Amino acid sequence: MGALTTNYLTPTGREEAWRFTPLKRLAGLHDSSVNVAGHISISSKTELPQGVSLKVSSSADFPASYTSNDVVTNRIRQTAKQVSVLTIADDCEASESIYLSRTCSTEPEFSRVVIQAGVNSKSTVVVENTGTGQLGEEIEINLAPGARLDLISLQEWDKSAVHIAQHHAILSKDSQFTSYVVSVGGSVVRISPTVEFTGPGAFADLYGVYFATDGQHLEHRIHVDHNVANAKSRVTYKGALAGKQAHTVWIGDVYIHKGADGTDTYELNRNLLLTDGARADSVPNLEIETSEIVGAGHASTTGRFDDEQLFYLQSRGIPAEVARRLVIRGFFAEIVNKFKNADLEEQLMARIDEELSKVGQ
Amino acid sequence: MNVLEIKNLQVSVVTDAGNKEILRGVDLTIKSGETHAIMGPNGSGKSTLAYSIAGHPKYLITGGSVLLDGADVLEMSVDERAKAGLFLAMQYPVEVPGVSVSNFLRTAVTAIRGEAPKLRTWVGEVKEVMASLNIDGAFSERNVNEGFSGGEKKRHEILQMELLKPKIAILDETDSGLDVDALRIVSEGVNRVKANSNLGVMLITHYTRILRYIKPDFVHVFANGKIVEEGGPELADKLEEKGYAEYITA
Repeated sequence: MGALTTNYLTPTGREEAWRFTPLKRLAGLHDSSVNVAGHISISSKTELPQGVSLKVSSSADFPASYTSNDVVTNRIRQTAKQVSVLTIADDCEASESIYLSRTCSTEPEFSRVVIQAGVNSKSTVVVENTGTGQLGEEIEINLAPGARLDLISLQEWDKSAVHIAQHHAILSKDSQFTSYVVSVGGSVVRISPTVEFTGPGAFADLYGVYFATDGQHLEHRIHVDHNVANAKSRVTYKGALAGKQAHTVWIGDVYIHKGADGTDTYELNRNLLLTDGARADSVPNLEIETSEIVGAGHASTTGRFDDEQLFYLQSRGIPAEVARRLVIRGFFAEIVNKFKNADLEEQLMARIDEELSKVGQ
Repeated sequence: MNVLEIKNLQVSVVTDAGNKEILRGVDLTIKSGETHAIMGPNGSGKSTLAYSIAGHPKYLITGGSVLLDGADVLEMSVDERAKAGLFLAMQYPVEVPGVSVSNFLRTAVTAIRGEAPKLRTWVGEVKEVMASLNIDGAFSERNVNEGFSGGEKKRHEILQMELLKPKIAILDETDSGLDVDALRIVSEGVNRVKANSNLGVMLITHYTRILRYIKPDFVHVFANGKIVEEGGPELADKLEEKGYAEYITA
């Protein structure tokens, strides 16, 4: 049956890493007995700024520079013969955002992307995912010393899409990586933003916004590996849920290794349940092997948009649907405002409004 | 001239253990410019009256009617009642995380007036009312009722009332939890709105204290789910002296 030879066993759902994920809905992306083609579906949406290039290269020229224990990531590496490479030159300060987009159609596909942010470069990269596809994706992000990179990944999929991804950032000395993972569309979306450090003084600032409605499964699995001294990380994910069988999962793993003195980390997850029948799982994990740290903490809360709030807002003349929108926009504003991109902000909020209007239909 | 007419209102509260009758036939008419104090012991149904007029889903109307200028209030959704000109200042205002006071006020005023207020005049309007209620400007950026002190919550309720300009306002134990200074500021706010817009007020309270600041035209004693005695301001003095003992039936 054309089975691939692989060392990675197909998950059964009993594994810790897969226990929340509805495996039957993954279109075989995780299944070693299912053939999935490698494909280059990412392209530049607008003209690239000076000092920035997007090329398709042979995977052999860009071997993975870290070890992943994710089954799908390893399947992608075995399959994808080509890789999209986005390079931001040393000292390049891109005034405009770099817009990459990807539209997937019906065939399942594996895709590898490498982003290289040069020494002291400064840029914002937006990756916009739309369509009905089934995508297994790996994005490897290398930040050279002093590089500053904002990465905004938008999961604005159609209702049927499946997206399993690992976004792995490697931060060298004094670099700063800000990631925004925004998941509003798709049937199953499972993004694993992972971070490691290779030098001190680096800062990983990870944000996430997700909104799940009827039947959607949106999962975000963060792993920050504090493997060097004097690095800093922040994780701030906020999600809202509405409708029957809407399910979100947030896993926040932070590992502070022995010798990672001076580490400063804090992670936060907040969930807002707008209706009955939705479920938010939130699991922060903090492992600390040294006591010589600046700070380490986490917080997780899940609250309800309750009838009393609705009554209060309505009693001031605000119609119920406006009241819900108000609360959701307010809830996400703290993160979305940081995009510093009014168009993107409005695009996202409009999409959330639209999703909300369809709940229960 | 606006009129709120409550006729033979009967209300049950919906609980897990079934419906429990609370209001047993309330008759009350409030006209523009009038202030009616509703006084009674705890548990007599005063708050139920307030919340059922505002349309809280917990209450089931089992009989009677509520008309505002002839329109059937009980047929209206909660927001329609507010648009029709009713306002309820709540005893326990609800926290709304993530929604700033300024955004909330602007959204409410837009809904009530039917169009967004002009930004230039709106900012000034809000500032002026906030200043008169002794509310700090930074208040606008805080989330609605989140972390507010008791006094701040009540001043925030009156701020909304001043901006939304209702025809009839129901103040549900607005005096509870206020110190003397806050009580004075809140009362002045109510009196200001009365003077400016000929507001009709239903003032629900357990104590006579607030009546020193907001003078009632009528006093109604509420007990066991209905009005049991009515009179002028002198009735409040009698309650101050003798309490509710004679109205509480075993």
